[in-house]
Amino acid sequence: MSVLEDLASTPTQSNVVCDVVVRFAGDSGDGMQLTGNNFTEATAIYGNDLATFPDFPAEIRAPAGATFGVSAFQIYFGSEDVTTAGDDVDVLVAMNPAALITNVGDLVNGGLVVVDEGAFTAKNLVKAGYESNPLEDGSLDAYRLMSIDIGKQVLEAVKPFGLSHKFALRCKNMWTLGLVMWLFERSRDSTVEGLQKKFAAKPEIADANVAALNAGHAYAETAELPSGIEVYKVPRAEVTPGLYRNITGTEALSYGLLAGGQLASLPIVFASYPITPASGLLHTLSGQKQFDLVTFQAEDEIAAACAAIGASFAGSLGVTSSSGPGISLKGEAISLACATELPLIIVNTQRGGPSTGLPTKTEQSDLNQALFGRHADTSLPVIASSTCADCFDVAIEAVRIATTFTTPVIILSDGYVANASEPWCVPDFNDYEPFPVKFATDPEGFSPANRNPETLARVWAKPGTPGLEHRIGGIEKNYETGDISYDAENHQKMTDVRKSKIDSIAKFIPEQTVDQGNETGELVVVGWGSTYGAIHQGVKRCREEGMDVSHIHVRYMWPLPINLEALLKGFEKVLVPEMNMGQFVDVIRSQFLIDAQRLNKVSGQPFKIREIESEIKAQLESQS
Amino acid sequence: MNAPVQKLTVKDMSSDQEVRWCPGCGDYAILKTIQKLMPELDVPRENMVFISGIGCSSRFPYYMNTYGFHTIHGRAPAIASGVKLANPELDVWVITGDGDGLSIGGNHLLHVLRRNVDLQILLFNNEIYGLTKGQYSPTSRVGTTSPSTPNGSIDLPLRPCTFAIGAGARFVARSIDTETKHMTPLLEQAHEHKGASFVEIYQNCPVYNDGIFDYIKDKKNAAESRLLLENGSPMTFGSDNEKGIRLDAKTIRLEVVTIGEDGVTLEDILVHDESNKVMAQMLAELKGPDFPEPIGVLYCNPAESYEADVYDQREFVRLTSGAPDINALLRGGHTWTVD
Repeated sequence: MSVLEDLASTPTQSNVVCDVVVRFAGDSGDGMQLTGNNFTEATAIYGNDLATFPDFPAEIRAPAGATFGVSAFQIYFGSEDVTTAGDDVDVLVAMNPAALITNVGDLVNGGLVVVDEGAFTAKNLVKAGYESNPLEDGSLDAYRLMSIDIGKQVLEAVKPFGLSHKFALRCKNMWTLGLVMWLFERSRDSTVEGLQKKFAAKPEIADANVAALNAGHAYAETAELPSGIEVYKVPRAEVTPGLYRNITGTEALSYGLLAGGQLASLPIVFASYPITPASGLLHTLSGQKQFDLVTFQAEDEIAAACAAIGASFAGSLGVTSSSGPGISLKGEAISLACATELPLIIVNTQRGGPSTGLPTKTEQSDLNQALFGRHADTSLPVIASSTCADCFDVAIEAVRIATTFTTPVIILSDGYVANASEPWCVPDFNDYEPFPVKFATDPEGFSPANRNPETLARVWAKPGTPGLEHRIGGIEKNYETGDISYDAENHQKMTDVRKSKIDSIAKFIPEQTVDQGNETGELVVVGWGSTYGAIHQGVKRCREEGMDVSHIHVRYMWPLPINLEALLKGFEKVLVPEMNMGQFVDVIRSQFLIDAQRLNKVSGQPFKIREIESEIKAQLESQS
Repeated sequence: MNAPVQKLTVKDMSSDQEVRWCPGCGDYAILKTIQKLMPELDVPRENMVFISGIGCSSRFPYYMNTYGFHTIHGRAPAIASGVKLANPELDVWVITGDGDGLSIGGNHLLHVLRRNVDLQILLFNNEIYGLTKGQYSPTSRVGTTSPSTPNGSIDLPLRPCTFAIGAGARFVARSIDTETKHMTPLLEQAHEHKGASFVEIYQNCPVYNDGIFDYIKDKKNAAESRLLLENGSPMTFGSDNEKGIRLDAKTIRLEVVTIGEDGVTLEDILVHDESNKVMAQMLAELKGPDFPEPIGVLYCNPAESYEADVYDQREFVRLTSGAPDINALLRGGHTWTVD
């Protein structure tokens, strides 16, 4: 269903297409992420549905022209529901040979490639591994090529502002953005506004960037472009009426935590340690001090987890955040929170592993770690966010569960969800039901071991409350008194009650629903986390072709929804695509004794829709 | 507004838990001193919090009838930091040992001191791992034989007060487990001090390292082996206070001199200035038998505590950014309406 098919010939002779994938690629210092973000904003304001995928290297400034230093930003937008960043690229902007060679393979035949011809020097060609200049040797014949000496154009455009050569060339990304905006009839207003705000203290830089943006736009409008390169019209998407904004997973998760804190009537102490790709949460929350929130950059991952636990002991909601390797370091502390039954939220923004692995690339690497990665029996709730916007509700849900059941809760996000953005129909916070925490205050009959008979939550009595002085700790505690106990039977009983408490959370979470398709049938594709978009589209396309396939997307990874087993057993086949080697499929197999099939991808890149589609077809064919 | 608070007693401070240290352990004396001290402090019992890591000393919170948290090995300073960030009103005491605080938890101790979180940090130094049955610790002297060093330890020990001053601590003091009369006012001063107060307590382990501090604990030797620090007073010691500490300006070293010998007068003796960091560093390095070991407050130079600054900063943000509003936050940045 890809793109650039003329749906209709309009009087203006524009190409009307239903969806388009644009990728900006350049050196990591070329400002491609900024360019992409500006284009995204303009596209959202225009009224297309969209999804983005920023893909950048781990090196902050890799040597110029190196293939490993290429930074890319992909946006998929269209007039129908868009849930992934798209498979094949329709328009590729390549700022140098390295960006071209690493990205051109994803371009559709007939796709448009915009290159900065000035960057195709002999030296840069060699660095990228080209033996001859692709702009001249015919290797790009399958595509429509716009080869422009962008540097020269930019220097001309910003001449009046008296910038140095180096600073002037930094406006190349805005010039290119102006050109791409013309191609899709996007408004430059939000970008101009953003530039003026960003460079308020340096108006000459702002003016130069705006001039470059306008010059790129004017160039596209007036230059004699090769045939076939003209304005693309992408009709506005039919979306639910309401107030919209673009939101990244990181922003949604931060706001969700703040919202959850208010719903629970609790102050939040957010303690973290910088790690890619999780640091965004620390940055975002650190800028929200007007809320009942303290943020703390601890000396290490362990201290961050421990400070959060200390905060929870003292009556705040402790939240800590990291990515896989950092979560490993927090493991001992998380077990302490399990043993002392204190609320705690741990956010894992997963990345490619093991070890340092692929810090800037996405992977569903740590489900096993979340479920099993601690010493002893320390079952705890795990929930996963499937889209950027979903992070908001997932965070609120984590706060609800952690405080209702006095337990640590792990939120699984990943590099894709955290960094990508999507338009979000902004909810009204007043529609959310509060779940205020009730601290113990009455010394009559108080024991730190008291439990809520319904939820099995341990009583939460905070220091500062007269008459409730008590001690907690990592040593096993007597079931009745909370005093330390090495008694054999008591340890069995305490282990049982901790487990039952977590297991019974299944009764307090929503039942699993079917995202798409029938509740029984030939095949169900079961996903979790950020594979949502690709699975959604893959299943949708197959259903449009008449196939009997459904999509179930699991948010509550532990405990599993009470009806999940019965639902899955209503299908002849179960397929579980994951960006790991099959961590959830093994849970389904072991928990439900279902012969679920796996589809695994660990390339640091999200699934493509067609990968899901072809596996669905293979599964259905193998059955008949 | 508040009803008059009935004065607490030692009994009020003792929990109902049986104390389980070995007979003769120095921890008993410290526990008793603190149980006696706490009612004297102007703090309601419900605001007292004792936090510990792992080790013999870390059992301490179980025996105090206050709020308490026995946490994990080395992490008490981090947990206590979280407690203070959540509620700066609480009076938080960290109990740690030489292994817990300086080995596995060294990083946390470093940073809690540097940040100046308002805590009392008591490090019971017995120069040995007790709870794990006698391995040498980061403060064990070279040559310590233990199950893990049967041929004697070979690595140089750390000096807790030197470490604390180096980390940026603004209150550093030392006392001895059985010296209640010395320790009580010292701990009161540590408690008064806003910010991180670090107190090293020489503590005897009768099972695995018995008598290691006899040279300084022995009353008969006390006059010679202890340098009792008093702010503003000359640093003299000896049975007749006839000896003193002098700075050799040429070598920038401290030396022991005798008043009345070689023309030395009281005027030559260094006067203790607890706000002088350089002096504190030199004092922390003094070690017997060549020198008497300083007992008392080595360094005291208060500054605003970390959590106070955190809350001040938040207050400032609130004054400038207006009331918190989730709906406004969600609608921040660019928004557009779809009809």
